[in-house]
Amino acid sequence: MTSTTLLEFARGPALTWATGVFVAGVLWRLVGVALLRTKKDLSEPRNTATWKGLRLIALRSWPRREFLEGTAFGEIMGYTFHLGFLAALLFLVPHVLFFENVFEGLLGFDFSDVFGFTWPTLPTGVVTFLGAVSLAALVAVLIHRLTSPVKRLISNFDDYLSWLLTAAPLATGMLAYAHAGGAPYEVLLAVHILSVEALMIWFPFGKLMHAVTIFAARGSQGMLFERKGASL
Amino acid sequence: MNATTVGEYLRARGVSRREFLIFCTTAASAMALPAALVPRIAEALEKARRPSVIWLPFQECTGCTESITRAHGATIEGMIFDAISLDYQHTLQAAAGTAAEHAREQAMKDNWGQYLLIVDGSIPTANAGYGTIAGVSNLDMLREAAKGAAAIVALGSCAAFGGIPMARPDPTGAVPVSDVIKDKPIINVPGCPPIPVVITGVLMQYLTFGRIPELDALGRPKAFYGQTLHDRCYRRPFYERGEFAETFDDEGARKGWCLYKLGCKGPTTYNACATAKWNGGVSFPIESGHGCIGCSEPRFWDAGGFYRPLSTGNWGTATTVGTAVGVGVALGAAAALAARRRQKDMEKKA
Repeated sequence: MTSTTLLEFARGPALTWATGVFVAGVLWRLVGVALLRTKKDLSEPRNTATWKGLRLIALRSWPRREFLEGTAFGEIMGYTFHLGFLAALLFLVPHVLFFENVFEGLLGFDFSDVFGFTWPTLPTGVVTFLGAVSLAALVAVLIHRLTSPVKRLISNFDDYLSWLLTAAPLATGMLAYAHAGGAPYEVLLAVHILSVEALMIWFPFGKLMHAVTIFAARGSQGMLFERKGASL
Repeated sequence: MNATTVGEYLRARGVSRREFLIFCTTAASAMALPAALVPRIAEALEKARRPSVIWLPFQECTGCTESITRAHGATIEGMIFDAISLDYQHTLQAAAGTAAEHAREQAMKDNWGQYLLIVDGSIPTANAGYGTIAGVSNLDMLREAAKGAAAIVALGSCAAFGGIPMARPDPTGAVPVSDVIKDKPIINVPGCPPIPVVITGVLMQYLTFGRIPELDALGRPKAFYGQTLHDRCYRRPFYERGEFAETFDDEGARKGWCLYKLGCKGPTTYNACATAKWNGGVSFPIESGHGCIGCSEPRFWDAGGFYRPLSTGNWGTATTVGTAVGVGVALGAAAALAARRRQKDMEKKA
């Protein structure tokens, strides 16, 4: 297999199958939860405007003052990583072209025609910096996890694999940008794409699925709390 | 013309010493050789005996021959090409039929083990009838000629990697030279067509040093194929700044911004277009406003479309993803039903 055929494989069959597993897996998880029977709540609701419980989405996304001492590191690193990762994912020109092609090639419509604006992008240097910061934050949280006795105790295979599969696209993406190691660019690009595909395949089956369920879970829990009259 | 060395031949054609040294300096620069080597190159090249060259064109379009012989006016690199003793090239030679084949056989016999074999075009393997010369299949002719060759130059993407004849659905079972010949040094000089100065540069390197140049993993001379077009592209700063032409006639295109979004394959294409350029150094495709199509890379014809950006996927049809939607929903529904049943059983027990 030449480096060109490796890239062709990564962009073609591997991408198609990884997307297939990703889509099937995510739908399996979502439909499986959505069709579950909800237990009938026979108690008198304390509040009827349960939608107010959606505030929990925002409240749980911000550190609580009383726990700040213990959670500050995780919160700061978590936000740093997530924002850097999202910036790299959503605003790097090659990534934007990929997503626009998903709309056009897979869903059959032009993004800017339908939404009325073109997908914004950031200069490559800015995205590279944010990616590096994001990767550094990921390394920091891993060290924290490994050195904290409690965190180490509650960590399992899922945590470490999810970390690895999240860090790999960031690291390989930056290697590709830097043309590092003397490896041909197409090999670095193929490895980067394959690392993303590994992430997509694992995504529905582990803790990475939180990216899809987190806000729905917090919202539904908040509405339940609101009905019961619990303090949010 | 009775000249036996390249130097004698060039002098007879009126090439001055100054012009010759300028050419040697340019070629040394193109091959990334130090300037201190120029006098040695000039001396070696001048004294080099005109090597016997047999050129076999198979499944090709004659574009490679056109590139070297008709690209622009008379130049020293053109004369260097002329300076070799081209004993067989059925597009260029005057002889035809039996006389031409006899010339090839005679040249092979006289220079057995020493001649340079140039091949352009891929070799059909599905049926001998797809490519024959004087009743001899391309495959047999290549095998026979390769036996007595000192080295083989696979000229153009078809000979080097199979090229367009090998593109899907590959009706002739086309293969590159390296798939047929395993026991001879092969220099791949891909491109559709290759750049004239690259062709002569490779020949000159062989003439000067008497050995094949340093090659990359795909058998290409590193001196010419060591860097991507993207690495040496004058539009690279626009890529770094995120300034891209969106169409071939928008403001970005007029300002000469990066053509990545329009499908340029510069980042994955190894060739000397950005430095050696075409048409006597006038420009190269990106300079003319069109993205690189990656013609010096294997399978460039099938690599996902010339106008599709490199970072996009080659989805083919959406069948797999459509099936995945169905499978995911069905699995989710089945899992939920099973959970409901368990819930009911538990309630009954309670």
